[in-house]
Amino acid sequence: MALKHATPLIDELEKGPWPSFVSDVKRMAPKNPMCEDWLGVMELSYKEKEGHWKHGGIVGVLGYGGGIIGRYCDRPDLFPAIAHFHTVRINQPASKYYTTEVLRKLCDLWEPRGSGLTNMHGSTGDIVLLGTTTDNLEPLFYELTHELGMDLGGSGSNMRTPEGCLGMSRCEWACINTQDIIYDLTMEYQDALHRPMFPYKFKFKSSGCPCDCVAAIARSDCSIIGTWRDKIRIDQESVRAYAAGELTPHAGAGGTEKRKFDINAEVINLCPTKCMEWDGKNLKIWDEDCTRCMHCIRVMPRALRPGVDTGATILVGAKAPILEGAQMSSVVIPFIKMEPPYEEFKEFVEKMWDWWMENGKNRERLGETIQRLTLREFLKATDLTPDPRMVNTPRFNPYIFYDPAEVPGGWEHDAAAFRQRHQA
Amino acid sequence: MAFDPNNLMQDRITDIGPPKYDKFFPPIVKDNFGKWKYHEILEPGVLVHVSETGAELYTVRIGAARLISIDLIREVCDLADKYCGGYLRWTTRNNIEFLVSDKSKLQPLIDDLRSRGNWFPIGGTGNSITNIVHTQGWAHCHTPAIDASGVVKAVMDELFEYFGSHKLPAQVRIALACCLNMCGAVHCSDIAILGVHRKPPFIEHDRVQNVCEIPLVVAACPTAAIKPKKVGELKSIEINNNRCMFCGNCYTMCPALPLADGEGDGIALWVGGKVSNVLSTPMFSKLAVPYIPNEPPRWPATVNTIKKIVEEYAAGGRRYERVGDWINRIGWERFFEKTGLQFQHEHIDDYRLAMMTWRTTTQFKF
Repeated sequence: MALKHATPLIDELEKGPWPSFVSDVKRMAPKNPMCEDWLGVMELSYKEKEGHWKHGGIVGVLGYGGGIIGRYCDRPDLFPAIAHFHTVRINQPASKYYTTEVLRKLCDLWEPRGSGLTNMHGSTGDIVLLGTTTDNLEPLFYELTHELGMDLGGSGSNMRTPEGCLGMSRCEWACINTQDIIYDLTMEYQDALHRPMFPYKFKFKSSGCPCDCVAAIARSDCSIIGTWRDKIRIDQESVRAYAAGELTPHAGAGGTEKRKFDINAEVINLCPTKCMEWDGKNLKIWDEDCTRCMHCIRVMPRALRPGVDTGATILVGAKAPILEGAQMSSVVIPFIKMEPPYEEFKEFVEKMWDWWMENGKNRERLGETIQRLTLREFLKATDLTPDPRMVNTPRFNPYIFYDPAEVPGGWEHDAAAFRQRHQA
Repeated sequence: MAFDPNNLMQDRITDIGPPKYDKFFPPIVKDNFGKWKYHEILEPGVLVHVSETGAELYTVRIGAARLISIDLIREVCDLADKYCGGYLRWTTRNNIEFLVSDKSKLQPLIDDLRSRGNWFPIGGTGNSITNIVHTQGWAHCHTPAIDASGVVKAVMDELFEYFGSHKLPAQVRIALACCLNMCGAVHCSDIAILGVHRKPPFIEHDRVQNVCEIPLVVAACPTAAIKPKKVGELKSIEINNNRCMFCGNCYTMCPALPLADGEGDGIALWVGGKVSNVLSTPMFSKLAVPYIPNEPPRWPATVNTIKKIVEEYAAGGRRYERVGDWINRIGWERFFEKTGLQFQHEHIDDYRLAMMTWRTTTQFKF
């Protein structure tokens, strides 16, 4: 069946071995006019090299200040079916496990209420329903909550939908229960998720180990990264088996064949702190020098495992460039036990938020507020004690903001006494 | 009770949050939660996780577009019903994972996936180039300088051999953001594709006072290039174009300041970032190519440049070295030499803290 708009340019994206979103949407187009017009607007963008979407207006569901992003086409004359094309963000189940039953229900719910197009998933982790009209929002929300037991995700100056790696559900390196932490925070702070209360967005992300599969350190205002402070567990038998070429090194990540494995070349000499020794029979680790980079564990997963005194390192302030430049998260709590109900952590979170809400400027991410007002002020506000683990190096400029309370007599000088000692 | 448009409060449920994380776990995951002992990649895209209880969970990972339809989701569900007891998951990089607890169904699933044309490529594990995470682009965003889905498709087509193999020194993570706002944060990727504007916004003086909060627009500019200005009777603003670094933040605050321009916009490429703490510490991506024109529909210059970078890395990187580790070892002067990319004034930082990136040693290579 011929579609409404000819799309010679984007048709080029149906070729090649990688899955084609164009083929996918074209398959939908005969039964959904929104998809037809969406193909048309994409073709126009491909011709003009410019997008055709306008700023979001204020749309949403009653009582929520986020979760829906208004979106309007700037050529409704050409593409009337997508004149209004709003986004709905749905809070995904932590780490994105699904049954086909719930996915089919979601598809059935979405089919009559919008374009039938989705993002699985958005950058922050939400299930994203792309393209609906304002009149569909309330019924969609009703069905979502009643029939699927699901709720909207975050947008705007809210706590954004928290996200974690798959953690203990399918990974042997998870030092913390990332899924439970993320679920617990999401439930505890529903109000912050649905109603804007912050200077700008706020993201939590949790990875179970320093490999950081959800990129918490690069993109979350508060990164919760699993770690341990005791000893790497060693199974010497298996170390010897790797050395003898009986096991596939690196769990097959660098080639699935079994091969002779030179532990000195591939592990000992690459260790960033040189805290290991291999005498051909036994592996020795000086754990007090280990910085838990995961390399030895990753390449000999059947021989080495993280320790058992596990917890998290908390880092804050990561963000993409807008406005003041990109930042990664910085360590503020080197180690914290993360056991439910996570009270100590939540106390920290609430102090952090109070300080940020009090001091942050409009559209200023936490990392920028800290940069403007100093890490020292942040630590003071959150009752944290300075620790060398918080810095790469102590400062190398001499411009210290001394505290008058720590100087005898504060900032007051006795001018008369000074002039008695020194003639002007 | 059914939905009543005239009574929104009737039977209303709010703030229930997401389904609990374990609600959709397959039984084998429920039973072995926290008990996994080790894993192995059996072939690219196929993993086995082994529990202390002896249980084995097989995973088949496939690449997918981020933008997918309900038809595709239903097709994926059919497959998961047939081979996985109805259990599956998505990864953070838009891959789909079929979770197989009955080993006898593993090979039939793989065969079935392979029989379906280009819909379900298997791979994305280990030292591969896995799926590209990306933003909306022309598909659904108001500030893009480039498309997202189409660039990703063109790049993945060209790098496809690396998706289903483990022949690189380490994994290569590619990410795309269609403007500097980077709603998909790409600034710590092995290779980042970034949409850039190169013309300052133009000002629609007759619209500014109606659609914009002028103090917010002024405050939105990181370089203080925007000032309030009266134009005749109209309250508006003026922009010092020489201070504009094309972040587009003012346009986000004020729709009467468009800066998109088909000929001005294009792609910048960045290399050598990473987020993991493995071996080296996390790194930002650094500028490799300041500008490549938008070339829809297949973006050949962008695709070829990325391929060249990947091939040089594949040839020169040592086992376990990420792109950034490789560059740090050989030096940036060698990186530009090997890739044939031109080093030009845009590569030398002139923003805040620029001097932290200037070379303050006599150690470099000729």
